[in-house]
Amino acid sequence: MSDNPARVLVVEDEAHIRRFVRLALQAEGHEVFEADTLQRGLIDAGTRRPDLVVLDLGLPDGDGVDLIRDLRGWSAMPVIVLSARGSERDKITALDAGADDYLVKPFGAGELMARVRAQLRRHAQQSQQVQGGEPVLRFADVVVDLSRRSVERAGVPLHLTPIEYRLLTHLAAQPDRVVTHRQLLKAVWGPTHSEDTHYVRVHMANLRKKVEAEPSMPKHLVTEAGVGYRFVP
Amino acid sequence: MRDPMREDRPDPDALLQRLQADEARARRGRLKIFFGASAGVGKTYAMLAAARAAQAQGTPLVVGVVETHGRGDTEAMAAGLPRLALKDVAYRGRTLHEFDLDGALAFGAAQAGASVRPLVLLDELAHSNAPADAGKGSRHPKRWQDVEELLAAGVDVWTTINVQHLESLNDIVSGITGVRVWETVPDRLFDAADEVVVVDLPPDELLQRLKAGKVYLPNAADGRDNRAERAAGNFFRKGNLLALRELALRRTADRVDDEMQAYRRQSAVQPVWANRESLLACIGPGAQGEKVARSCARLATQLAVPWHAVHVESLALHGPAGARREHAARVLKLAAELGAITATLSAPDAATALLRYAREHNLARLVVGRSSRRFAWQRSLADRVTAEAEDIDVLQVAVPAAERGTRRSRSQGAQDRQNPQNPQNRQNRQRAGLPVAAPWPWQGYVAALAICGATALLATPLMAVLELSNIVMLFLLAVVGVALGFGRGPAVLAAFVGVGLFDFLFVEPRFSFAVSDAQYLLTFGVMLLVALVIGQLTAGLKVQAEAATQRERRVRSLYEMSRDLSAALLPEQVAEIGARFLRSEFSAQSTLLVADAHNRLLAVAAPAAPAEAAPQRVDMGVAQWAFDRGEPAGRGTDTLPGSATLVLPLKAPMRIRGVLSVLPSDARVLGTEQRRLLDTCASLLAISLERIHYIDVAQSSTVQIESERLRNSLLSAISHDLRTPLASLIGLADTLALTPPPPTAAQLDVMQSIRQAALRMAALVNNLLDMARLQSGAVQLNLQWQPLEEVVGTALAACKQLLAGRPLQVRLADGLPLLQLDAVLIERVLVNLLENAAKYTPAGSALELSAQVEGDSVQITLDDHGPGLPRGREEAIFQKFERGQKESATAGVGLGLAICRAIAQVHGGSIEGATRPEGGARFTLTLPRGEPPLDDGAGSIAASAASAPSSITTP
Repeated sequence: MSDNPARVLVVEDEAHIRRFVRLALQAEGHEVFEADTLQRGLIDAGTRRPDLVVLDLGLPDGDGVDLIRDLRGWSAMPVIVLSARGSERDKITALDAGADDYLVKPFGAGELMARVRAQLRRHAQQSQQVQGGEPVLRFADVVVDLSRRSVERAGVPLHLTPIEYRLLTHLAAQPDRVVTHRQLLKAVWGPTHSEDTHYVRVHMANLRKKVEAEPSMPKHLVTEAGVGYRFVP
Repeated sequence: MRDPMREDRPDPDALLQRLQADEARARRGRLKIFFGASAGVGKTYAMLAAARAAQAQGTPLVVGVVETHGRGDTEAMAAGLPRLALKDVAYRGRTLHEFDLDGALAFGAAQAGASVRPLVLLDELAHSNAPADAGKGSRHPKRWQDVEELLAAGVDVWTTINVQHLESLNDIVSGITGVRVWETVPDRLFDAADEVVVVDLPPDELLQRLKAGKVYLPNAADGRDNRAERAAGNFFRKGNLLALRELALRRTADRVDDEMQAYRRQSAVQPVWANRESLLACIGPGAQGEKVARSCARLATQLAVPWHAVHVESLALHGPAGARREHAARVLKLAAELGAITATLSAPDAATALLRYAREHNLARLVVGRSSRRFAWQRSLADRVTAEAEDIDVLQVAVPAAERGTRRSRSQGAQDRQNPQNPQNRQNRQRAGLPVAAPWPWQGYVAALAICGATALLATPLMAVLELSNIVMLFLLAVVGVALGFGRGPAVLAAFVGVGLFDFLFVEPRFSFAVSDAQYLLTFGVMLLVALVIGQLTAGLKVQAEAATQRERRVRSLYEMSRDLSAALLPEQVAEIGARFLRSEFSAQSTLLVADAHNRLLAVAAPAAPAEAAPQRVDMGVAQWAFDRGEPAGRGTDTLPGSATLVLPLKAPMRIRGVLSVLPSDARVLGTEQRRLLDTCASLLAISLERIHYIDVAQSSTVQIESERLRNSLLSAISHDLRTPLASLIGLADTLALTPPPPTAAQLDVMQSIRQAALRMAALVNNLLDMARLQSGAVQLNLQWQPLEEVVGTALAACKQLLAGRPLQVRLADGLPLLQLDAVLIERVLVNLLENAAKYTPAGSALELSAQVEGDSVQITLDDHGPGLPRGREEAIFQKFERGQKESATAGVGLGLAICRAIAQVHGGSIEGATRPEGGARFTLTLPRGEPPLDDGAGSIAASAASAPSSITTP
């Protein structure tokens, strides 16, 4: 049982998958609303005011991405996208539109629940931060002081380039959220460089060498192959 | 500020043209000409000496033909140079030795790879080859055509020539020396030569050498002929030699001047005024046409302007029409060889037609022959042109009086001598001459007499009724009738006979030519004049009407052919339409040969061909030559003229589609206009064939796109329908465990088994679908430049559970470049390799993953410490549905490595497996390095981002 039960909207046209997602979420104590079409999902998202949406991208009456765009017009609630294997482009489109995380079918109940928990936690933290949280990020033995713009690792100051610092803070500010290459480029380099994704990769590799214990098997700055990065605290 | 008037930039089109010309020149062989004023100056010697020097420097060379004429020093020079064996050509019972063009081409091809271009020496550029009897002789009638083919094949050629053999100077030289040379070389060859070496010898020295017997006299070849000897003696007079020497040097100076001009253009030293006042040579009906053409050619060369040569078929022509037309056609052919753009116009008045042509083509100068006036009141062409257009310059070319009258017979004789070997010539002329143009040479005159007689008979009884003036009208009517029916000559006869009869039979005193009243003399005079004029006009009108009808018929049949062609959908239909046209227009048989995908020519059989049009014999050799070069070949052309058929290449905009082989029904050589019609026909056929080809292409690509679409939608439907139930199965098995009441241990075990089986099934489906996608080419690579370690990281993360408890060493060399790859697919390769390692090596055994740069690629190796690969099956395991050990207890169908290989291949890389000497397997994935972008974006951070680096907003 989850310590803070939430309202979850599941938009999925496959009845079996919808049922299994519902059962898994209910087992954690969440309240679940089901929708099998895009239209139904939009209406429910407005009327039920869920805390989180689990959304299948391939719906019979439209593209799930449209729902995300609509949703982002008025809400910051976490959205977890369910997608088929090998459709990286769809994932990126969904993430760029404002989705927070994705799951590739087939997935197990354990995986789903881990993602749901992480998203709910992040959302709760960010609502607190808006009210004036501590301007310090911590993960493993790294401490990022946002107000002094300094980074320390095990008490030793780290020398990050401005780009690396910006990459790190942008990612670390949204833990467990998948950030696409394009979003990172836009945040660090500005909107004119949205095609030069190798910029991000080069500097991310350098950043990992500085903050990760084992850069080839990163624990915090995790690569989502072909999609982007995820910061795991 | 830019001054618009000073535009000294070279024209971009001209620059492009020059670049293309440079490129073409680089591929072509280089032509070097040793140029002399006359025989005996030592051209051959100079060429051989230069060749020895080139040979010493390592140029691969061969002597094609060298005439040493038994001179010792030249023989000595030629000794030791490799010679190409001459080809024996049987001709009229004698064996002639000719240059072996194919041998020389083979020599050139054998040297093709060498750094230095091969060189062929060919003496006497102006030489005429022995005639090509049905393709057994030389390919071209002239040696200079052999040279052109060699140059086109990228072989350098050195050759020799005397000044009198240059086409444009030919008549001047004959004027100076009184000896006419019939073997000539087009000036363009001389002007286009890459290098011209003047071999000069002062006339006194030459004469000394002549006296010493060191000079071979071509005209005294048999040595016994007194006349020839005398001619040679006349030729080698000091005055002649001086004039020839001056001519040779001046011609070379012109060439050097052209080079200077070309250089100036090239380096854009000064702006070139684009308006070029071109010349128009008016090839008249008379014999002076040849002279006009040559003069105009010389003038055009000096002024470096293009020129046109035009013949007007007009009414006011004298002499037999057929011979005239043929003469004009011959002069136009000469003009075309001299570099002119030629045309034949048809109009009642030459002056008007010429002026219209000149205005249309922006030609400011007309070159005309100074015409002989038959009658004092006739105005010359030049006068008429001047009267009608004062803005156009008229240059009159003087024609020696003797040539005006006799030129035609001389020039016809020239043809005989020029082509003494061609027995067809005489026949041709007979066919094309008088009898053809005037079908009833004497019947017409008889008819004229008969009609006049009949008129007289008819008028006699009417004498009492009619005035004499009306009887005159009857005779005039008779003249008109004769002119309409039988042409000019009979009309003239009828005019005179009519006047005579009128005088004899009707004017007092009757039955006597005496005239009582003097005023009848006026009647006779006017009657004769009117009859003559009416007769001429009527006959001329008839000729023109016939010509117009013929032209109209041609245009109509061309139009009909193009209309039929536009509806044709098969090459067979095109062949049939073309054959129909050629049968009706030329009464010629034709065969269409279309090139297939491998450039082989295949005859297209016309489906509805009548029985008598059985497939003609196609000379495949000629056809292939014409197709390969894109030039017409066979009868009436410069290439293999001995062939019975004429082969035209079918040039379409994109490529040459095939050839049209035409077998004319009679032996006549095709005229310029007929050739033009044939060419039009060929290009119409070519365009139709191309259109049909692209219809095919469009259809097959539509089918391909359709099947591609079908395959993709099938694949995605299958993947959706197979995966969704599996996803539900896995999820539901999980949920079962979460549903209260909590399951027992045995139940949990079953649930785990269900889940595992479903996962394996999903993996299998994934593999099968991936393989199908990769194989059908449906995979779109998402190539990005990225560091390898990122992909390695994701692969290791994905295999974390599988590899738990194994010591894994990752060694990525420092300074690995960015690689352009699809991260998801390469991760798949690594995951498959790691999974295999986990499957086939003992649990807990170590793995080593490393990557390093090897030349222009990056190698990623995975070493394990298992049993290694099955011996001899290192390659086989990459095949589909192959496994190391058959019937193994380990799960899998043997697609993993096949997928790895397919992925490596779409990346332009490879993957290999081997057993290491120290045991264990090694898989090596090789990926090309490519050229990674150097810019890492460190310098291009957006200003807004730089000013507020840490202000992060979350959506």
